[in-house]
Amino acid sequence: MKKFGFMVFMLDVTLNLFFTGPVSAEEKLRLTGSGASFPFPLYSAWFKNFSRDHKNANIDYQAKGSGAGVLDFINRTVDFAASDAAMKPEEIAKVQGGVVLLPMTAGKIVLAYNIPGNPKELKLPRDVYPDIFLGKITKWNDPRIQAANPGVKLPDLPITVVRRADSSGTTYVFTNHLSAISPEWKAGPGSGTTVNWPSSDKIVAAPKNDGVTATVKQTPGAIGYIEYAYALGAKVEMAHLQNKEGKFVRPSSESGEAALATAQLPENLIAWVLDPAGEKSYPITTFTWMLFYHHNASPEKAKILREVVEYGITEGQKMSAKMGYIPLPANVVSAVRANVDKIK
Amino acid sequence: MNAFEEATTGEQISGPPSQTDFLLDISFRGLAKVCAGFIILVVVLLLWEIGYKAIPAIREYHLGFLTGTTWDVNKQTFGILPEIWGTLYSSILALCIGGFFGITMAIFLTQDFLPARFALVFRTIVELLAAIPSVVYGFWGIYVVIPFVRPIADWLNAELGGIPFFSTTLSGPGMLPAALVLAIMILPTIAAVSQDALRQVPYRIKEAAFGLGATRWETILKVMLPTASTGIFGALVLGFGRALGETMALAMLVGNSNQLSLSLFSPGNTLAALLALNFPEAGEREIPVLMYAALVLLLITLAVNMLGTTIMTLTSTSMRSGK
Repeated sequence: MKKFGFMVFMLDVTLNLFFTGPVSAEEKLRLTGSGASFPFPLYSAWFKNFSRDHKNANIDYQAKGSGAGVLDFINRTVDFAASDAAMKPEEIAKVQGGVVLLPMTAGKIVLAYNIPGNPKELKLPRDVYPDIFLGKITKWNDPRIQAANPGVKLPDLPITVVRRADSSGTTYVFTNHLSAISPEWKAGPGSGTTVNWPSSDKIVAAPKNDGVTATVKQTPGAIGYIEYAYALGAKVEMAHLQNKEGKFVRPSSESGEAALATAQLPENLIAWVLDPAGEKSYPITTFTWMLFYHHNASPEKAKILREVVEYGITEGQKMSAKMGYIPLPANVVSAVRANVDKIK
Repeated sequence: MNAFEEATTGEQISGPPSQTDFLLDISFRGLAKVCAGFIILVVVLLLWEIGYKAIPAIREYHLGFLTGTTWDVNKQTFGILPEIWGTLYSSILALCIGGFFGITMAIFLTQDFLPARFALVFRTIVELLAAIPSVVYGFWGIYVVIPFVRPIADWLNAELGGIPFFSTTLSGPGMLPAALVLAIMILPTIAAVSQDALRQVPYRIKEAAFGLGATRWETILKVMLPTASTGIFGALVLGFGRALGETMALAMLVGNSNQLSLSLFSPGNTLAALLALNFPEAGEREIPVLMYAALVLLLITLAVNMLGTTIMTLTSTSMRSGK
């Protein structure tokens, strides 16, 4: 009896696949994309709203990670991709017909910490936090941390550094920033989506943004780098970092916007905000890009993709601040709009 | 009875096998052979595929790959000694803990300590542990196991820090939490297979032991366990194999840090975690290296299983020959 029921069910499923498949394909254009996980919450909200307003399109985005997205894009298994690390020139060269890279949103990377007694607004000078990640400052009551935080009672506790275990755009941006402000970091671990971290039993690694967040929250004395949006969601304490002008800045929407305003966009729209000037600028900010083909499979697909971009830079920017991302400055929006026609 | 039926219905029931019977027999045998051959083919294909893709890395790094301790993609230096060590160390720790509890549980459930109905409930609960997804174990480890072992670890480190096993402080993720969670994950396998082994011991043997005046514990420890030892050993080998290959929970708990340390509280790394975390975004030059690491893991598991089977056959023949 059970077996019979199961067979009927399977038959049903197969029949459904046969009869409903082609019908919906005629009505809707399916677009698939993959890539960066950091803007995923924002993108998925965009695509959900977009698909609701445009009945003829269905957009599917998989947050596989920036590197995987770029690979998919080169292998042409997707219609578009997204990456926090943009694309390297040699990767762009592999895509026949050319690539259109558009910055769609931006974010901040914060240093989340967990210190017993919960001191708020911990201040970390720019010569101190690279040394923490290098494993050179090992205790929370180190005189150099204490000097920047007079009046805060810091415990005699070892610092546990939590880093990303997987290859990630977040690590790429963070290590590039550290390389920009610390010659020793540049000569040592360097920058990349994964780097060779200093060997220490106080440097542990966890997979994905959620893994790092969970480990920081569960480990007294931990510090880790995560995306602002995740830190906001998990309600962890975030350190105030000292920027180029020597001011300590709280990670917030305003300080992120101030940093982005200093960005100069070149022709290919790939700009890094590694160590922004300006008194109000938060030091670790980055754009994140969507990747499109210059020549798409069909004009209809290209049209939908152009509409997606237009939606993203108009309506889409309105929801970004609320979700922990930084709205794009006006000059970036107009640069994106000027380039959108290249998607054909 | 048959003769009677034949007489009443006029149909012949007994008789020599017909042409169809022969055909069925032959085709079934053929099918079974094809399926068996297919399994071997899959294993060979797997080894060939991984080995083939690993060739560039094997040529470049030779055996130095097995003794190197850094993994640096940017500088193209690769070594997996910490991963090999971490894989074996965490699995052995898990086997010690999980094996002890698994076998104890099997004894408890099969040697009439519990009414049959309770034993069944108990067994089902233990087997349910096998159905929990690996990621859930990982999060459970982060949120429950680590905070639980932290005070114990801190105390051991403060009091007995001189012993290499307790020589570092626990930062959070580390060998001990990983091994504890791993032990729970392999517990159902060990408990279930050991129960089967104990249940297969003929009841008469137990009765005979009681008859000779042995106490309950003497019967269990000196008669039941040695008789079932082959099966129990098989359970341990299976559990160990599972521990070697476990991925997600370990990736979340072991700390993924290239450390070579005897300390239970130090973070470490395992081959399976290394593969799972690096494959999705591996570049062209990293893939052969990861394939090489996969080959090493495959060979370790194969070696463990083969060693286990050999020991099992050796001990069972020596038992049968009446030693």
